[in-house]
Amino acid sequence: MTDTAFLPDGWELVVGLEVHVELDTATKMWCGCATTFGDEPNTNVCPVCTGQPGSLPVVNKRAVHDAILLGLAINGHIAERCQFHRKNYFYPDLAKNYQISQYDTPLVSDGFLDVEVEIDGAIVIRRVGIERLHMEEDTGKSLHVGESGRIHGAERSLIDYNRCGIPLLEIVSHPEIHDPVTAQAYLRELQAIVIATGVSPARMDHGQMRCDANVSVRRFGDPLGTRTEIKNLNSVRSLGRAVRYEALRQVDEITGGNRIRLETRHWDESRSVTETLRVKESVTDYRYFPDPDLVAVTAPTERVETIRATMPELPAATRQRFADAGLNREQAIGVIALTAIDVYDDAVKHGADATRVAQWLVGDIAGVLTQESLTLAEAGLTGQHLSDLIAMIADGQLSHTMAKTVLGHLVDSRGQATPQAIAKKHNLVQLQDTDALRDIARQVVDENQETVQAIRGGNTKAIGALVGAVMAKTKGQADPRATNQLLNELINASA
Amino acid sequence: MSLPEEDVRHVARLARLFVTDDEVALFAPQLNAILGYAEQVAEVAADDVEPMVHPFAPADVARDDIPSPSLSRDAILAGAPAVEQMRFAVPRIVAEEG
Amino acid sequence: MARELTDHTAHELAVLLTDGTVSAREVTDAHLERIATFDGVDTSSGVWHRDDNTGSNDTAIHAFLHVLADAARDTADEIDAKRARGETLPAFAGVPVAIKDVLTWPGSPTTCGSRMLANWNPPYQATVVTRLIDAGLIPLGTTNMDEFAMGSSTENSAFGPTRNPFDVACVPGGSSGGSAAAVAARFAPFSVGTDTGGSIRQPAAFTGIVGTKPTYGTVSRYGLVAFASSLDQAGPFARTVADTAALHDIMRGHDPRDSTSITQAAPAFPAATTDLSGVTIGVISELVTDGFSPDVLARFNDTCQALSSRGATLIDVSLPHAPYGLAAYYLIAPSEASSNLARFDGVRYGLRVDADTAEEMNAHTRSEGFGTEVKRRIMIGTHALSSGYYDAYYLQASKVRTLIARDFSNAFTHVDALLSPTTPSTAFRFGEKTADPIAMYLSDVATVPASLAGIPAMSLPIGIGDDGMPVGVQIMAPLLRDDVLYRVAYAIEQTPLIPTGPRAVAEVNA
Repeated sequence: MTDTAFLPDGWELVVGLEVHVELDTATKMWCGCATTFGDEPNTNVCPVCTGQPGSLPVVNKRAVHDAILLGLAINGHIAERCQFHRKNYFYPDLAKNYQISQYDTPLVSDGFLDVEVEIDGAIVIRRVGIERLHMEEDTGKSLHVGESGRIHGAERSLIDYNRCGIPLLEIVSHPEIHDPVTAQAYLRELQAIVIATGVSPARMDHGQMRCDANVSVRRFGDPLGTRTEIKNLNSVRSLGRAVRYEALRQVDEITGGNRIRLETRHWDESRSVTETLRVKESVTDYRYFPDPDLVAVTAPTERVETIRATMPELPAATRQRFADAGLNREQAIGVIALTAIDVYDDAVKHGADATRVAQWLVGDIAGVLTQESLTLAEAGLTGQHLSDLIAMIADGQLSHTMAKTVLGHLVDSRGQATPQAIAKKHNLVQLQDTDALRDIARQVVDENQETVQAIRGGNTKAIGALVGAVMAKTKGQADPRATNQLLNELINASA
Repeated sequence: MSLPEEDVRHVARLARLFVTDDEVALFAPQLNAILGYAEQVAEVAADDVEPMVHPFAPADVARDDIPSPSLSRDAILAGAPAVEQMRFAVPRIVAEEG
Repeated sequence: MARELTDHTAHELAVLLTDGTVSAREVTDAHLERIATFDGVDTSSGVWHRDDNTGSNDTAIHAFLHVLADAARDTADEIDAKRARGETLPAFAGVPVAIKDVLTWPGSPTTCGSRMLANWNPPYQATVVTRLIDAGLIPLGTTNMDEFAMGSSTENSAFGPTRNPFDVACVPGGSSGGSAAAVAARFAPFSVGTDTGGSIRQPAAFTGIVGTKPTYGTVSRYGLVAFASSLDQAGPFARTVADTAALHDIMRGHDPRDSTSITQAAPAFPAATTDLSGVTIGVISELVTDGFSPDVLARFNDTCQALSSRGATLIDVSLPHAPYGLAAYYLIAPSEASSNLARFDGVRYGLRVDADTAEEMNAHTRSEGFGTEVKRRIMIGTHALSSGYYDAYYLQASKVRTLIARDFSNAFTHVDALLSPTTPSTAFRFGEKTADPIAMYLSDVATVPASLAGIPAMSLPIGIGDDGMPVGVQIMAPLLRDDVLYRVAYAIEQTPLIPTGPRAVAEVNA
């Protein structure tokens, strides 16, 4: 039994994913304008990316390199020679009213990803074929002005071309995904690969990675059904939920005697529904033809092999390495998802215990980052920080609670302070078996003779109340284990 | 192959040209005549011939990924028919996106 | 009669400027004066525009759309000041030039002869314009053209036609008719045009001057508003071969901003020579047929004899696919144009016609901004690329293009250069071909094959036809061998058998 079990008996889900990845180049695909996210509108623009008459595109070398690198990482075939094509359609955010893309010969074809899917508690590997990866350019951004704030009902639209011309890769899977969990696993794996290769941070919340899902359903053995294309899938979670919703909706429609229309649908995350964005009356005629302004891109074997030789460790290999180091599967996936591989490696190199590092990363650190909406890099956390923190706990200098407090301050300082300095500054020092702690324990014993008698009478659990009292008097700085030991000594000695 | 008036309208739509009935009536026979002439290319046996995109062009022309100065926003917006909030303003968009 | 400054060639002016006989300001003023007298411009401000008070009796040439008179005088003064300070200046510093209004030039509107761009001031400068300015040339202004370079007569300009200085009742050819007329009328010693299917060579032939379409990729297209990207190439016009070569040399060179720009260095242009010993020239049989008028063929045959007398070996050569060139061209060029001109939508620059929705605004802007010929070609191209027609039209035409290029390279294994008449007939009269697009297109029948192959080609005058209008011969050479054009052209130019050069425009306009 698979995850398609959410559909009524006899129905099969068919999903193909189109994923767009914005490359992390310094400049745009065809011109030297910066690709900085979030700049003032129309400040990173020039004659080329605003489609001024007479301007001409020149390919960004880095973008081709990155596309080949990612193509190899998804096990694709790199075309020896390919040409850019123009995809002609009118839209105000498209400065030339054609998008430079690739058509009959994409740079990369016939790739695949092996993704791990958990089915009924067991991990199985599913291979998802990738039809193509091609290079293209991003469009500008439209701000819809008017009451609704969305395109429908807007009075007018305002166009910013800062994003126009940023290098984009489109990665198209074969329609051979049959359950939402595999779709999610594919997207997660692709994202991890994109990050591992360094071609893009692939942040879906910044639009650096975008996913459209082509969804159809059919009765087992039937030919493919009419598909709908779902847009606005801004997270892996949305993808799973949207596919599930859409598949059920389509089965309902068909069993209710209706036909599925070829249309684009919008995933509304807050209402958890897909809804019609526009109906495709006929297949759009894009009039693709080779772009005469651009010359062929060639990828001779030597060049491809040179790039392959620089391939960094990919997620599958990382997961294996983590397993060998004693991490469980959730930890391994978690560390990768957190883009924390470098920090992990660094912390381990500084002597920290691998599983402990992983626990911190996927536990408290992930929690803080989510809460503060930061990435690990933005928070400034390093392997050195983490190994220091873990060492301070092991030495008894910090309790786990104190360590969490230190972590909070560390993130607040964006990694500028050291754990030691933070602990010192905030007086986060655990009281060990010292004279001071002994004095306080004695005081507590004296003040709580009833409890002491109860313990002596065999109610050993009552010691907890005394530990609590010591903690209260030391404002939480006492080492619980040392306190426990001291109290026992004092109670037994005076018996 | 001839191009009936209906096709002239279709082509005009694809090319985003507004055409009046009079223009359709004018263009249809002219376009047919031009296409009729151009269809001579079909007489050439060229099945195994590679199409030519560039008469004479090198391959792999590319630039380094090094930023160069952009134009000032004022310079780019100066030519725009309508500007609002430092952006190019257009009336509401109804057609579908690519 | 004393020679006016405007009668001089660029080379002659360069000598006078260098030795201090005249100043750049004097040269510039002389040309501006002649423009003011004969071109029909309103000189009431520092930027001269075409005079609106024109009627059917108008005999002004109308070569210019904008004359940047004040700016030209300022540039001339700067050059004179530099020379006075003893600075080393480029060879042609101070010589005026006219520029087709299709190259971006901040400071002057770049209209492309279209209402769409009537008020467009480009925010950047074409590489070719930069090269002219760096060479110390003085750009006088921008010249009239068929809208977006689509046409063979300048009758498709949104701002009215240009007249042929030889006979103002005739068209100057097109699309670079304004640049050709400016040189023929001695408004400038040389000028810049662009050629997609013959737009330099045909007007050169019609106005009795020299014009070269360089090897594709040797002159930067950056800042050249595209008609058909795989064919467009800017090139020089002048009244002599040597001046044409000089301007050509200034314009050419690699440009990293144009991906189709060629890095290989082409051979230097030769010094003037009349000896063609050892040179084999092929006459293209398919382009010397009864489709060409008898007087054109007669002048052409005179030219062939003259070349033989200079020591060249002439042989007949067949380019079997050349007759399909025009058909292929009128699929490929409109296809590319349909896409290139999509950007004119009323959003970022140029004309906007207001409407309720963006889509209607686009459609009405394009309908009002583009003229009839441009719309026709956009529709042909859109159709040729559309689903179901692509293979039969665009793709098949691109294959025919390969075969035409192959025909040329085969021919060039036997010959150093190829020869044909430039046009089937001499300049026609206004309105003669406007109702019949195909009749108009046929004036490009001889020039289009070289465009498709990307090879260099040139037209130069070889005398006068029965109607008193100039006849041109077309020389073609292998890729990157633009130098060969000039070698052959010098020999033709210096052959006394052939009356060359235009009659003075002053008499025409008297």
